[in-house]
Amino acid sequence: MTTTTAERRTAAPAPATEAHEVTGWAVLRRGLALSPQVMEGLGVTLLLALLSTVGASVVPIVVRAAIDDGLGDGSQMDEGRIFLYAGLTLVVVLLTAGAGYAMRVRLFTRSEVALSDLRVRAFRHVHDLSVLTQSSERRGVLVSRVTSDIDQISLFLQFTGVMIVVSVGQMLVATMIMAYYSWQLTLVVLVCFLPLWLSLTLFAKHMSRAYDTVRRTVGEMIAVIAEPVVGASVVRSYAIERRTQRRVDAGIDRNYRANIRAQSIVAVTFASAGVAGGLANAGVIALGVVLGVAGGLSMGTVIAFAFLVGLFVGPAQQATQVITDAQNAIASWRRVIALLDTPADVVDPGERGTTIPDEPLGARFADVAFAYPGGPRVLTDVDVEIAPRQRVAVVGETGSGKTTFAKLLTRLMDPVEGAVLLGGVDLRDVPFSDLRRHVVMVPQEGFLFDATLRENLQYGRSGATDAELETAFTDLGLADWYAGLPQGLDTPVGQRGESLSAGERQLVALVRAALADPAFLVLDEATSAVDPQTELRATRALDTLLSGRTSVTIAHRLSTAESADRVLVFDAGRLVQDGSHAELLAEGGVYGRLHASWVAQSNLPGRMDA
Amino acid sequence: MSVDTAAPDDLTGTDDRIMRRGFGLLGRGIVAEKWWFTVSVVGSLLYGAMTVADAWVLGWATDHVIRPSFERGDVAEGALWTSVFLFIGVAVLRALGIVGRRLVGGLVYYRLIADYRRRVTRQYLSLPMSWHHRHPTGQLLSNANADVEATWAVFMPLPMALGVVAMLLTAIVAMVEADVVLTLVGLVVFPALFGINVFYQRWLSPKAARAQSLRGDVSAVAHESFDGATVVKSLGREADETERFRAATERLRDANIEVGRIRSVFDPLLEALPNLGILLVIVLGVGRVASGAAEPGDVVQVAYLFTVVAFPVRAIGWVLGELPRSVVSWDRVDSVLAATGSMQYGDRTLPGAGAVQLDLRDVTYTFPDADRPVLSHLDLHVGRGSVTAVVGSTGSGKSTLTSLLVRLVDPEQGRVELDGVDVRTLTHDDLAAAVALVPQSTFLFDDSVRENVTLGSEHVDDATVWDALRTVQAEDFVRALPDGLDTQLGERGTTLSGGQRQRLALARALVRRPRLLVMDDATSALDPDVERRILSELAARTSDGTGPTVLVVAYRKATIALADEVVFLQAGRIADRGPHHELVVRSAAYRDLVDAYDQAREAQ
Ligand SMILES: Nc1ncnc2c1ncn2[C@@H]1O[C@H](COP(=O)(O)OP(=O)(O)OP(=O)(O)O)[C@@H](O)[C@H]1O
Ligand SMILES: Nc1ncnc2c1ncn2[C@@H]1O[C@H](COP(=O)(O)OP(=O)(O)OP(=O)(O)O)[C@@H](O)[C@H]1O
Ligand SMILES: [Mg+2]
Ligand SMILES: [Mg+2]
Repeated sequence: MTTTTAERRTAAPAPATEAHEVTGWAVLRRGLALSPQVMEGLGVTLLLALLSTVGASVVPIVVRAAIDDGLGDGSQMDEGRIFLYAGLTLVVVLLTAGAGYAMRVRLFTRSEVALSDLRVRAFRHVHDLSVLTQSSERRGVLVSRVTSDIDQISLFLQFTGVMIVVSVGQMLVATMIMAYYSWQLTLVVLVCFLPLWLSLTLFAKHMSRAYDTVRRTVGEMIAVIAEPVVGASVVRSYAIERRTQRRVDAGIDRNYRANIRAQSIVAVTFASAGVAGGLANAGVIALGVVLGVAGGLSMGTVIAFAFLVGLFVGPAQQATQVITDAQNAIASWRRVIALLDTPADVVDPGERGTTIPDEPLGARFADVAFAYPGGPRVLTDVDVEIAPRQRVAVVGETGSGKTTFAKLLTRLMDPVEGAVLLGGVDLRDVPFSDLRRHVVMVPQEGFLFDATLRENLQYGRSGATDAELETAFTDLGLADWYAGLPQGLDTPVGQRGESLSAGERQLVALVRAALADPAFLVLDEATSAVDPQTELRATRALDTLLSGRTSVTIAHRLSTAESADRVLVFDAGRLVQDGSHAELLAEGGVYGRLHASWVAQSNLPGRMDA
Repeated sequence: MSVDTAAPDDLTGTDDRIMRRGFGLLGRGIVAEKWWFTVSVVGSLLYGAMTVADAWVLGWATDHVIRPSFERGDVAEGALWTSVFLFIGVAVLRALGIVGRRLVGGLVYYRLIADYRRRVTRQYLSLPMSWHHRHPTGQLLSNANADVEATWAVFMPLPMALGVVAMLLTAIVAMVEADVVLTLVGLVVFPALFGINVFYQRWLSPKAARAQSLRGDVSAVAHESFDGATVVKSLGREADETERFRAATERLRDANIEVGRIRSVFDPLLEALPNLGILLVIVLGVGRVASGAAEPGDVVQVAYLFTVVAFPVRAIGWVLGELPRSVVSWDRVDSVLAATGSMQYGDRTLPGAGAVQLDLRDVTYTFPDADRPVLSHLDLHVGRGSVTAVVGSTGSGKSTLTSLLVRLVDPEQGRVELDGVDVRTLTHDDLAAAVALVPQSTFLFDDSVRENVTLGSEHVDDATVWDALRTVQAEDFVRALPDGLDTQLGERGTTLSGGQRQRLALARALVRRPRLLVMDDATSALDPDVERRILSELAARTSDGTGPTVLVVAYRKATIALADEVVFLQAGRIADRGPHHELVVRSAAYRDLVDAYDQAREAQ
């Protein structure tokens, strides 16, 4: 109870791509099928839940009996009978409490086990989606699939769902007892609550819309609150604090108003259930007395009805909230299911796959084309074969498709046309575990995890010893830099590696890749921020280290191209030139132009006149 | 790997101190929202009183309507109507009370949250960058979101709890009035309810807080793992990442189950207790009525009281249960609010227009927690309208130097001056208008191309934006985007190539027409061709007097060649300075760094 409101409010923002509308029941069925642990013994749990409502319903019976057996007028009191009733009820109440305990323990344990499983499965699935899916969806949205969405479901399984069962059970039992005592009074009670039940769906619809707005505003608010944090240095250096604050304030304010709106609906429904209860009590007493005097009812029955009405008020007060919670949970479930149902576009063939031979690897792009989802072609008709042991440089203007080429080569995504082959095997047939053992890419941004240097390097080779890690620095000619770190391998690199300089970050990423020791290495501007001297030293060392391996290097510094075996030139998504540096130089074209400007700037003697 | 585990261990010990501080926190919130809070408490008191009145009406009706009617065999009509009105009246008043309690109570809660979110984010905007560096993004985001919420969560049940206190007092009075012996049952059952609730919440709350913090860990692992997805995939670490996530998830699962077990014990117990009370009242009531000491209506009333009071009493438990969590969350929020060293800006404006002169005087800077300065005793003079290149090996302190100029950090010693004016005496707007920094790592907002370039400035029209885009050779690709300037770029601008992102960051600086332009290796992902064109255009602007003073961090000779002077940085000190052609001759270290490619080519 203490956490429910907080959980509800941090609910996930609705995703941009809401799954096709499936009915709530279908979602529930599918969701439960996904988590068989919940279904296990669910019948027993529900039975226990129903049993646990009995205690409360029995009390009005004993009240009635006591009153009719003498408490009512104090004349011919049968104390023994009353004590017997009380004793029996005591047993029932205690048994009921026991059933309540057993039901809850079962429910908590099973649903937690099931949901932790579901969380892990959803997490894994996100990683199985290609990077392109990951870059068009916000990280935060994906995170909420494995966090707040699952929390919503757990709220439902552990509280809301049970509450529905218990409330309905309690009202049914109460109605049955009432009907047994007096159908007329039962009718009065039902009529008093009828308007409430009828308006319930309306209330629930309003409330669900109100909470939708709350959820949306939460998402927007979190996004704008992130600006002054994530973009702190830009905000500071461009003095856009006021603008940022205005945006943040607006986001906070929208969320505030949405919450107040939802809150007022809750308050009104809650209050009206109480009014219905008052009406019912008044009606029961009035009609009860009239009927009783006419001789059809005992005094105990009339008073017992007041207690029975109490059994209606609670569920009625909670009903709108319960329905809304259920709707929220179903919506969350639907989103998680939609995620799991998104086919892993870059599928791991696993066991069924073909492994890459353990020998020097060549690669082949067979008529490859690629487009980011919803976008134009960014690579067209790429047909090229890279021989084993070749050192290939890839050059081209900004946005010409070099990074895209590298991502296809390492199967971070699959081509929309054609195929990419490594060692003669279509990448789509290679099990991931085998693929990553053979190909490693160092991406354009030197991303490091918020951990120590050691942990980051062990990312490249699990379980590497300190000695191995230190040797790796020496092998890459970085011993001096490493020696300059006061904390050595224990140096914390900061989030995304930001406690290191940009160049240092790239060096660490390079060492990490070298430790992985792949047969095929892809470097995407991996040393763009490193000074020329260190870069040359490190890449040369890497060459020696990986001699006999195949490598593809993307770089704007054409020195890389000059020393490569072969140069591929991209222009506007097409492979326009292919050959050795010398050949391409003779050919001219795009490469000639790029190279001319590179040489020009390498040889400028002094200040260039405008 | 390392996740911010703000362990709630401090919850278990020193209960009294936490409770005292919790009450202090309540006081703070109440004072801040005293009027609305008063309204909600009045509503809650009304609710509490009417809840008891409900039972009293039933007792009254039993003695004055039901029993007389049944005994006499005809309806006591006057009393019957009275009781009908009483039932309905009490119900309506109670409904009003509920609206006051829930709606206004909610108002107080949401107002406090909104207020503190604004305060926290204002701090984020005013605290210095050095503070930002020390605090992980995830932590700051949760300070402003989950922690603020948890701090004030106690205000949700608080009005109700206060109403319940009033309810209990009225209930005792009503009972005493009904029958003294039956009151004793109340005096046993109510304190027992209360005590069990307190005990329950005290036991539960550290565990619930632990679960909450583990939930934060799960989220942090997921966030980092998705953030670094490219690295994860390219090194084939999906399985290991899944294991890391599974470990965090299973810790959360176990904590949740532990919380669930406690709930499983107490919830049924708390439900059963009032029913046991009712039974006790009936058993004792039989004797009281038989001996003529009590009326049947008294028994009914007291029994009914248990059913209506039982649930609300739990609100007190919720308040006491929330308090420790609130205190822990408040500590985190307060650490943001109390953080000092907010960036102080002066009130001077920079006189004149056009290019400025830049001077660094004996500047030294050390990163917090570092044991030696990254910059020591720098003296630098950059003449008005000139171009100066900063050259130095990786990690030599170039980026740190550039961040001093826009006051992302301040030197611990020495001064930075623009036209002889200490930058610390300038207003923030004036400083930002004078100096534009294009940082080494590009940051784009999750917003449109236009907003990313103008950053919301109304003074920049589309023509100016296109001008700047043309200068940085970004016009073509922006025109090719589906919505042109209105295209949304996605998180951190992920839908663009590295070079395209860098160009937008350059355009962002250019549209402001700064008087000092600082580019920190801002052209590294640009093709040499494009870079040369940008720089020569800037150079052209400089030589006819309309361009800015330029400080540029670069390795490329073309860039260096544009510079009037080169500053050669080694391990945070200026090792040498002068025109490029002099430095190449004079400094072997400089030559080795800048000429590395040529030397390599010659060696081949
Ligand atoms: N936030 C930080 N906390 C601690 N140390 C830092 C931090 N940022 C940078 N450093 C250290 O300060 C030194 C200078 O860093 P800086 O970023 O200024 O180097 P740089 O010359 O710009 O390097 P590069 O050429 O790689 O960009 C480096 O050794 C780096 O590890
Ligand atoms: N995630 C994405 N979604 C949509 N479009 C993208 C995405 N990533 C890149 N693009 C577009 O695809 C084209 C090729 O991008 P790519 O990153 O391959 O270029 P590049 O040659 O590596 O450029 P650079 O030298 O700037 O790194 C660009 O026009 C870019 O805008
Ligand atoms: Mg690229
Ligand atoms: Mg730098």
